[in-house]
Amino acid sequence: MSLYASRRRSNLTAMALCLLATTIGIVWLFLILFSLLLNGLPHLTFEVFTEMTPPPGETGGGLLNPIFGTLMMTVLGVGIGAPIGILAGTYLAEYGRYSKTTPTIRFINDILLSAPSIIIGLFIYGIVVVPMKNFSALAGSLALAVIVIPVVVRTTEDMLLLVPNTLREAASAMGLPRSHVVWHVAYRAARTGILTGVLLGVARIAGETAPLLFTAFSNNFWSASLMKPIASLPTTINSFINTPDANMKQLAWTGALIVTLAVLALNIVARILGGTKKQS
Amino acid sequence: MNLKTVLAAGLVAAVSFTAALAKDVSGAGATFPAPIYLKWADAYKKASGSAVNYQGVGSGAGRKQIEARTVTFAGSDIPQTGEWLDKRGLVQWPMVMGGIVPIVNLEGVGASDLVLDGQTLGDIYSGKIKRWNDAALTALNPKAKLPDLPIIVIRRSDGSGTTYNFTYYLSAVNEDFKKKVGTGEAVEWPVGIGGKGNDGVANNVMQTKGSIGYVELAFAIQNGLAYTDMINSAGKRVKPKFESFQAAAQNADWAKADHFNLVLANQPGASAWPMTVATFILMPTESDDAEAAAAALKFFDWAYANGGSMAKDLDYIPMPDSVVSKVKSAVWSQIKK
Amino acid sequence: MTHATPSLDHDGRLSAARSKILARMALGDRSFHLVTRLCAYGVFILLAGIVVSLIMGAWPAIQTFGLEFLVTRRWAPQLDEPILGALAPIYGTLLTSFIAMLIAVPFGLGVAIFLTELCPIPLRRPIRVAVELLAGIPSIIYGMWGFFVLGPFLAQYVEPGIVWAVQDIPVLNIIFGAEMISNISLFNASLVLAIMILPFITAIAVDVFSTVPPVLKESAYGIGCTTWEVVTNVVIPFTRVGLVGGVMLALGRALGETMAVTFIIGNSFKIDGSIFSPGTTISAAIASEFAESADLHRSALMYLGLLLFILTFFVLAAARLMLMRLEKRAGA
Repeated sequence: MSLYASRRRSNLTAMALCLLATTIGIVWLFLILFSLLLNGLPHLTFEVFTEMTPPPGETGGGLLNPIFGTLMMTVLGVGIGAPIGILAGTYLAEYGRYSKTTPTIRFINDILLSAPSIIIGLFIYGIVVVPMKNFSALAGSLALAVIVIPVVVRTTEDMLLLVPNTLREAASAMGLPRSHVVWHVAYRAARTGILTGVLLGVARIAGETAPLLFTAFSNNFWSASLMKPIASLPTTINSFINTPDANMKQLAWTGALIVTLAVLALNIVARILGGTKKQS
Repeated sequence: MNLKTVLAAGLVAAVSFTAALAKDVSGAGATFPAPIYLKWADAYKKASGSAVNYQGVGSGAGRKQIEARTVTFAGSDIPQTGEWLDKRGLVQWPMVMGGIVPIVNLEGVGASDLVLDGQTLGDIYSGKIKRWNDAALTALNPKAKLPDLPIIVIRRSDGSGTTYNFTYYLSAVNEDFKKKVGTGEAVEWPVGIGGKGNDGVANNVMQTKGSIGYVELAFAIQNGLAYTDMINSAGKRVKPKFESFQAAAQNADWAKADHFNLVLANQPGASAWPMTVATFILMPTESDDAEAAAAALKFFDWAYANGGSMAKDLDYIPMPDSVVSKVKSAVWSQIKK
Repeated sequence: MTHATPSLDHDGRLSAARSKILARMALGDRSFHLVTRLCAYGVFILLAGIVVSLIMGAWPAIQTFGLEFLVTRRWAPQLDEPILGALAPIYGTLLTSFIAMLIAVPFGLGVAIFLTELCPIPLRRPIRVAVELLAGIPSIIYGMWGFFVLGPFLAQYVEPGIVWAVQDIPVLNIIFGAEMISNISLFNASLVLAIMILPFITAIAVDVFSTVPPVLKESAYGIGCTTWEVVTNVVIPFTRVGLVGGVMLALGRALGETMAVTFIIGNSFKIDGSIFSPGTTISAAIASEFAESADLHRSALMYLGLLLFILTFFVLAAARLMLMRLEKRAGA
C-alpha cells in the first residue's frame, strides 16, 4: 500500500512539474507579446506606415523606408533563394534519391540550416561588399537568400518524399519524361508543402538582423536601389532602440511589434497550410 | 506550381532594380556628432532635395569603411597625422565642436548637482574608486547625499573617438589612469559594461541605477540624463554648456595645426570645459565616384553656411570662419570632383 | 526508379514532327536534371565558400597567434602589436550555452511529456503551436525584451537576493557573487537563450516521443505502470539517442545566437567566474567589433568566426548523426 502511495505521489509530482513547465513555456510567449503590445501599440498609427524615419530630437515620423527595405530584401532574398532551394530539394528527392552524394548534401544542408547567421553576413561581406566597395540592398538580399536556401531545400525534399511513388510510376508508364513527372505530378502533389517551406523561409529572414549589419547596412532616407545601402526594420529597431531619443525609441517598439506580428502570422499561416496537408 | 512565375518575377525585379546605379552620398563614423549630422541632413534634404545618409557606427568603424571606400565620407573624432592620411589618399578637416560630459544615474541627483575632477573620474574608470560614498567623491561634493552603492561603470564597447578624447584627458591629468588604462579609441577597461556608441552608453546609464557614463552633451540633454560639472585645469568648477565649450575652443590654434591635427582636451582657461572635442570628416582625394564626392562637399559647404544655429540648438559649436575658409582653400581643393 | 525517356524512340513509324517533340522533351529533361543537380551541388559549394572565406580571412591571425589564440585571455586590439585571445569569448559562449541548456532541457522535456502523455487531445495542437511560436520571434526582439523588461526585473528582485543568500558560502559566493548588479550579465543572456531554445527542444522531443511504438507504452500501462514510470522506463530509454540529438541541435542554436546576446551580455572581455558579471560571446564580439576592425583585429574576428563555425559544426554533426540513428531504428 505504501509502495503504491509513493509511486502515486511521485507520478503526481512529476506530472504537476510537467504542467508547470508547459505553463511557464507559454507564459513567456504571452509576456513577450504583452510587453510588445504595451510599448508598441499606443503608437501604431497610420503615419508609421507612410512617413520616413525621423532624425533625433524631433517628434513624429514613421518607418516607411525600413518597412519597404525589409519587404524588398525579403522578396528578393526569397526570389533568389527559394527557386535554388526548390530545385536542389528536387534533386535530392527525385533524381539523386539513391545517389551516394545525396546523404552528404543533405547533411551539409542541415549544417547550413543551423549555421550562425552572423557568419553568413561575414561571408557575403567578403564576397560582395568588399569587391563592390559598397554596402547595398543586393548584398543584404544575397545574405538573406543564403539563409532561405537550406530551409526550402529541407522542406521541399521532405514534401517530395511524401509523394507516393505509385503516382510517379503511373505518370512514367504513360510515357511522360521525367521532368514532366516532376513538374506536373510531384510538384502538384507537394505544392502546399513546398509553399509552407517557402513561407517558413520568409518568416525566418524577415526578422534577421545579424546578416544585414555588414551587408545592407542602413539608410536614414528612402532608397529603392539595389546598389545603395538600405534600411530594414530589424536594423532600424537595433539602432533606434539604442538611442536615448524617446521618439525614436518609441518607433523601435512599434517596429518590433510590426515585425513580430508579421513573422508570427506567417508562421501560423504556414502551419495551417502544413496542417491541412497532413490530414488530407 | 507557379515556379516559373516566381523565377521570372525574381529575375525581372533583379534587373529593374539594378537600373538605377547612381550613388547616394553615404557617410559613416563617429556617433559623437551624429545628432547634428542627422539634423543637418534632414534640413538639407528639405532645402535641396539631396539625401545624405549618415550612420553613427563609431569613429573606428568609419575610418575602416573610408579606407575600404565603402562610404563617401567618414566622421571621426580623432585627428589623424598627415602621414597617416597621405598613405591612404585621404584628407581631413574639422566639421564641428562639442563636449563630452560624465553622466550619472542616481536617485535625487540632477544635472550639475555633482562635480568631479579628472583625478576622481580617472580613479572611477580605472576601478580604484568603487562606491558612490568614497571619500574622494564626498570631499568634492560635501552637500550632496551620495548613497552607499557600488558604481556601475559604463563605457564604450566599440572603437570610439569619444573614448579617445575621454582617455586622452584622463591620461593627461591622472598618472595612475595613464599607467593602467592609457589613451586609445578602444582600451582594455579594467571595469565596466560596454555600450555601443554614444547612444548605447546613454541608454545603459538610463537603464541602470548607480551607473556612470560619458557621452556627448546632446545625448545627455535629449535624454534628460544628469550630467556633472567638472573642475578644469585652472581649478575652477565649470558647467558643460555652449559657453564653456567655446572658451576651450577659442584657445585652440588651428592655424598652426598640421592637417588640422589638434586635440582640444584639457585646454587652459578659467572657464574652459576640459573635455571639449573637435570632430572631423575624412574623404579620399580621389573618389571612385566623383559625383558623390562633389555632392558631399556641397552638403558640407551648406552645413558650414547654414548649420550654425542648428548646431547651437544641440549645444555644438560651429567652426570659426577663419577655419572654414582654410578648410575650403587648403583641403577641398585637393579633392578631385 | 528508372529513367522515363519515351519508350517509342526505336519505333520506325514515328512521324518527323513527333520525333522532334520527343527530342525537345529529351533535351528539356536532361537540362532540368542538370539544373537541379547544379543547385544541389550549389549547397555544397556554398558551405565550402563559407569555410574557405573564413579560413582566408582568419589566416593572418592564425599565422600570428596560432593555437595560443585559444588560451590567451587578453583582447587588446589597440596596441601597436595587438594581443588578441579568444579565451574570454569562448568562455562566455560555452558558459551561456551551458546555463541555457541547464534551464531549457528539463523545461523542454517537461513540456514534451505533458504534450504527449497528459494533455487533452484538443489542446495539444494549440499548446504546441504556442510553444513553437516562441521560435519564430526574431532574435532582436528577445534582445530588447531581455534588456528592457527581463533584465531590470532580475536585477531588482531576483539577483540581489541570490547574491545576499550565498555571500558566506565558499565557491557559490564567487559564482553568484557580484560587485555590482545591472540588467546586463552572463546569466541574463543565458536565461534569454534558454527561452529561445526551449521550443527547439520541445519540438524535437515531441517528434522523437512519437516514434515510440504504442504497443510498448500500452504494455507498460497494462502491467500497471504510472505515467511517470512509463516515461522514465519506456519512452526516454527508447528515444535516448534522438533526445540527445535534439538537445545538441538546440545547443548548436545557442552557441551561434547573436543579436539577443549582444544586447544583454555587456561586451566585456573579462573572466571573473561570476555569472552575474558582464561578459561576451564569440558572436557578440563579431557583431559589435567587426565593422570597425581592420588588419589583424579583423582577421582575429574571422578566426573567432571560424572557431564558432567549427564548434557548431561538430555539435550539429553529432546531433544529426544521432537523429539519423533514431530515424533508421524507427524506420526498421
